[in-house]
Amino acid sequence: MSVLAEADLRLDAGPIDYALLVIYFVVVLGIGVMARRSVSSSLDFLLSGRSLPAWVTGLAFISANLGALELMGMTANGAQYGMATVHYYWIGAIPAMVFLGLVMMPFYYGSKVRSVPEFMRRRFGKPAHLVNAISFAVAQILIAGINLFALAVIIDALLGWPLPVSICVAALVVLAYTTLGGLSAAIYNEVLQFFVIVAALAPLTIVGLIKVGGWQGIVEKVTDQEQLSAWPATELTGINNPVWSVIGLVFGLGFVLSFGYWTTNFAEVQRAMSAKSMSAAKRTPIIGAYPKALIPAIIIIPGIIAALIVPEMAQLKAGDTSGGVAYNDVLPLLMRDLLPNGILGIAITGLLASFMAGVAANVSSFNTVFTYDLWQDYVKKDRPDEYYLRIGRLATVGACVLAIGTAFIAAALGGSNIMDYIQALFSFFNAPLFATFILGMFWKRMTPTAGWVGLLAGTFTAIFIYAISEPSFGINLLELPGQGASFLGAGLAFVVDIVVSAAVTMVTRPKPDSELVGLVYSLTPKEDRAHSTTGEDAGWYRSPALLGGGVLALTTVLYFIFG
Amino acid sequence: MRLFDLRLIIAFLFGLYGVVLVVIGFGFTTDEDLKKAEGVNINLWAGIAMVVLSAVFAAWAMLRPQFADTDKQPLKEL
Repeated sequence: MSVLAEADLRLDAGPIDYALLVIYFVVVLGIGVMARRSVSSSLDFLLSGRSLPAWVTGLAFISANLGALELMGMTANGAQYGMATVHYYWIGAIPAMVFLGLVMMPFYYGSKVRSVPEFMRRRFGKPAHLVNAISFAVAQILIAGINLFALAVIIDALLGWPLPVSICVAALVVLAYTTLGGLSAAIYNEVLQFFVIVAALAPLTIVGLIKVGGWQGIVEKVTDQEQLSAWPATELTGINNPVWSVIGLVFGLGFVLSFGYWTTNFAEVQRAMSAKSMSAAKRTPIIGAYPKALIPAIIIIPGIIAALIVPEMAQLKAGDTSGGVAYNDVLPLLMRDLLPNGILGIAITGLLASFMAGVAANVSSFNTVFTYDLWQDYVKKDRPDEYYLRIGRLATVGACVLAIGTAFIAAALGGSNIMDYIQALFSFFNAPLFATFILGMFWKRMTPTAGWVGLLAGTFTAIFIYAISEPSFGINLLELPGQGASFLGAGLAFVVDIVVSAAVTMVTRPKPDSELVGLVYSLTPKEDRAHSTTGEDAGWYRSPALLGGGVLALTTVLYFIFG
Repeated sequence: MRLFDLRLIIAFLFGLYGVVLVVIGFGFTTDEDLKKAEGVNINLWAGIAMVVLSAVFAAWAMLRPQFADTDKQPLKEL
C-alpha cells in the first residue's frame, strides 16, 4: 500500500461532512444493537438463522468484496491500465458467480453445512477439514489486517489521525457491531454500505465526466489509444504476446483465480448460506452479479478520468514520479478536486464504510470457521448451544485484536506490492481448494486421503512459485511481473492438485456411496438439488437459470460495446 | 429469529442524507462550490436522487411489509 502524499491529499472536510459521517456510524452501531435483540442461538449469530431474502444476501455478497482492495486497487488500475481493468469484473467475476449459484450452491445449501470447511469434512473427512479450516482462518486474519491498514491509511490521510490511533479506532467500531449483532449486523451494514458507496461514486463519476467532456472527451484526450480497448490487455498481464496474454487472462484470471475465489471463499459463500431458501441461495451470487457487471462504470471510469484531469496523476502517468502521489490515490485526489462540502462527507463515509465492511467480512467468516470448524470439532465437543454462541463472540474479539497485529505487520511491510501479495495469497489458498472441490463434487471415487494430500500439494506448489519469483526473497529463478507470477502459481497449483488427487485416489480407499449423498453430483437425487418454485420463490423472474443467463448476456453485450 | 426491516433503515438514512444535501444545495452553495463541480449543483442533484431512493424503499416496505422469514423452524444442528 503506498503511503499517501503528505500535504496535498488532506481533504477540506467541514463540520457538515463530519456530521454526515457521524450519522452513518450511529446508524451502523444502532443496527448492531438492534440485531442483538434478535440473536438467540449460535446459528442466528453465525448464519443469520438462514432467513434473509435474496436481494439482501445478493447485495451483501457483492458488498463483502467491495473493500479497500477493490476500490483503491481498481480505480488505480483504471488510471494505470485503462479499460483492460474491466476483465477483473466481466471475465474475472461474472461467470464464476453464475457457476457458484447454479452448479455449486445446491451442494453447499442443500447439504446444510454451515461453512466451506464443514463441507470439506463431510466430503473428505477430518484431515482435509483441518487443513482447510486452519489455512482459511490464517488467511482471513492476514487479509483483515491489510484491510484494517488500508482503512487506517485513509483515516490518517483524510482526517489527519495518526496511523496507530486510526487502526485501533477502526478495529473497535468493527468489533462493536459484529460482536453485538453477528452476521445479521455485518450483512445489513454491507447492504447499507453498497448504497452509500454508489452514492459516493456516482456523483464523482458524473462531475468527472462533465469536466472531461463526456465519453467523447475521454476518447479524444487519452493519448495511448490501446488503453481504450479491453483486449488484449498486454500491459495488465505483463505478457507481451497478445495471444498468450488473452490465454493468460481467460485461463489464469477467468478460470482458476476467479472460480477459485468466488466459489470457495467462505467470506463470500457465507452470504449465500444465510439465505432463506434454496432458490434464494442460488439467486444470491447471481443477483450480486448484476451490480458487479455494472459497477466498473463508477470505479474504472473515475480512474481513467483522474489520469486526464488531476494534474499530479497526469504527471505520474507521463512517467514523472516526483509529484508524491501513487495510482492508489485516485479517489482521494478526485474527491479533493471535484466534490464540494456535503457530498464530500458522503464520499468520505462511503470509503470508510467500504474498508470497514472488508474487515467485518473477514472477521465474521473467521469467527464462524473458528467456532464451528476448529473449536467445536477439535477442542470442546458437545456443549450446549449458548456455549458456542459465547465462543463466537469471543472469537470476534480475538480476531479484531489479531487483525490489529497483522495491520501493523502490513504497515511495517509498507511498499507498493500489497496487491501482488493478496493475489499470491489467493493462489496459495483458493486455487488448490477449487481444484479439490470441483473434483470431489463430480468424481465420487475421489478418496479422503486424496482430499488433503491434493490440497497440500497444490498449496505448496503455489508457495514455491511465489518463493522463486518474489524479488524480495532473493531467489529469483523466475522473472515475471507481480500479477503474472500469481496467474502462473494459481494455474500450476490447480493442475498439480488435480494430478496428485487423481494419483492418490488410485491407491487409496474411497468412501462408501451412502456417505456421499448430497455431496457428490452423481449421488444426489435431482429433487435434492432443485429449488421450490412456489410461494416466495415463485415467478419466472425468480428463476436462477434465467437470471444467470441474463447476466451472462448482459456481460457479453457490455464486452461488445466497451471491449 | 426476528429481524427488523432493513428497507426502513435504508429509507431513513438516505432520507436524512437527501434532505441535508438538498438544503445545502439550495441554501448554502457558494460560487466556489459550483466552480469545483463544473457548474453543477451536485449537492442538490445528489440530494434529490437520495430522497427518491429513500421514497422507493419506504414505499416498498409499506406495500410488502413482510421482510424476512420470521416463522421458520430452527434448523436441526448437525
